[in-house]
Amino acid sequence: MSGYFSYLLNGIKSLAIGLKITNKEFLTRPITLQYPHESVKMAPRYRGHIELLMDSETGTHTCISCGMCQKGCPSNCITVKSKKVPGVKGKVLTAYILDFTTCSLCGQCVENCKPAAIDFSNEYNLASTRKEDFVFDLLQKLHPEGVPEPKVDPALLKKEQEKIEAAAKAAAEKKEAAAKAATEKEGEGGEKAEGKS
Amino acid sequence: MTLLAQSQLQETFELNIGPQHPATHGVLRVKVIMDGEYIVKAEPVLGYIHRMHEKMGENRTWNQFWPNLGRLDYLSAIAYNHGYAGLLERAMGIEVPERAEYIRVITVELNRLQSHLLWFGAFILDLGGFTPLMYAFDEREQILDLLESVTGSRLTYCYFRFGGVYNDVDDDFITGTRAFIKRLRPQIPMYHDLVTKNVILMERLVDIGHISADMCRKYGATGPVLRGSGVNFDIRKNEPYSVYPELDFDVPVYHECDSMARYMVRMDEMEQSMRIIEQALDKMPDGPVKAEKAPKILKPPKGDYHFAVEAARGTFSMRTVSDATNTSYRMRLRSPTYSNLSLFEEASRGMLLSDALAFMGSLDLVIPEMDR
Ligand code: SF4
Ligand code: SF4
Repeated sequence: MSGYFSYLLNGIKSLAIGLKITNKEFLTRPITLQYPHESVKMAPRYRGHIELLMDSETGTHTCISCGMCQKGCPSNCITVKSKKVPGVKGKVLTAYILDFTTCSLCGQCVENCKPAAIDFSNEYNLASTRKEDFVFDLLQKLHPEGVPEPKVDPALLKKEQEKIEAAAKAAAEKKEAAAKAATEKEGEGGEKAEGKS
Repeated sequence: MTLLAQSQLQETFELNIGPQHPATHGVLRVKVIMDGEYIVKAEPVLGYIHRMHEKMGENRTWNQFWPNLGRLDYLSAIAYNHGYAGLLERAMGIEVPERAEYIRVITVELNRLQSHLLWFGAFILDLGGFTPLMYAFDEREQILDLLESVTGSRLTYCYFRFGGVYNDVDDDFITGTRAFIKRLRPQIPMYHDLVTKNVILMERLVDIGHISADMCRKYGATGPVLRGSGVNFDIRKNEPYSVYPELDFDVPVYHECDSMARYMVRMDEMEQSMRIIEQALDKMPDGPVKAEKAPKILKPPKGDYHFAVEAARGTFSMRTVSDATNTSYRMRLRSPTYSNLSLFEEASRGMLLSDALAFMGSLDLVIPEMDR
């Protein structure tokens, strides 16, 4: 019998202690944030999806389209598209497609990028019912009002044109020589040479 | 069925817990043969979220395997990062700058605190108490904010790199961590008042879920489960790595072997983690956070390498066989809760179902980690 009462007493005691703590907490200020009206300030290092960084000097990104980010990505979610533009050194980025649905936010791409053209953004308000909404063209995101034309270096353009002309000339000469040889040989062989050049 | 045939008088039935059940914390399925309210046999069924992490380790480059480490045990991902970093550093002989090692220890211990806080809340929730979860999550949120400010993520961390860490910590983090420790310390006695000394909790944990040290050895259980069975084993002390030897901390060991012992081990470990963090913050030197000479393209020399760390749930060890290429020939991950769960079948025989779920909670299971 005494066991029963001491057990009961213990129960009441622990209940009282528990209630004391709960009551104390009840009087403290709530810490809940009313989300749509207030939101948490993101830490500067928060890893959102990656983005191309704006270079204030050139007014555009510094990506050299080397493709190292694409190569190092464990989830294969980056596609770098580039083309050669006459008069511009190196390749010009035409599209930087990020499939954010498979990105694991590991940071390999950011680390692999030599010119530091990309970094994590602070974007976290991403929600959609469609998968395609998470495939971003980061180049478009950087320049929503249209991607500026790459700056053409006249000296380089001239040099390149000269090179092209020289190459064309060389090709023409070759063709001529081949044609000559073909007429000498006649028949099928000649046609083949023609086709090749 | 054989059991049914054997016992004509007593009727048994089969009960499925999971794969979607709040008490199994993930997609674990437990097939239980019950005799009334008592368990005759409980068989855990795994495989619902198998993702072939080991295989992925064999066809991704060493660097590309990083994000996988954050997705095994999502509650103590930084410790898993540490395991992988240590493995390759051992294989390649990379020297890690001291500051980086201290940052690693601080973040790992914060992560452990976070994991234990979540376990504490979820465990009490399993037992039917909702309020402690809210208190624990209040504290846990602070840790996540701190970790987010350095690592950029809140759960699936991918912060360590071979030879160091991704980026340095700032002064805000250091002052924030100190302030947080000051805040958490008085909370632990409050938890003890609110929860540990509660008679209902004691009724449900004391002398229930007995796991002997021999059973732990038999199944390879580690971590708080083993330490709650009276075995003093902690990789941080037994096979010291990183800067743990320079830090002064104790390994809590309880000899009661019941669910309460495992509960108390984790509660005491929180205090020890706080001690480690404080010391590490004091001792952290200035300097680089990444080894200068760490190569970009890794090709560890041919061989068989192994590295173990103490994660929040026990020993996590990695073993790799390298054939001197940029991918692993064989990657083996040994995760603690897989072994910790293995003993469930033997230990739960004859238990009441409600006790068995409390017992399962005391094992602190994380399903994605055992089901790799
Ligand atoms: S973002 Fe960087 S790594 Fe990727 S293609 Fe551009 S320059 Fe190369
Ligand atoms: S963060 Fe990782 S997964 Fe995401 S795009 Fe970069 S390399 Fe790929």
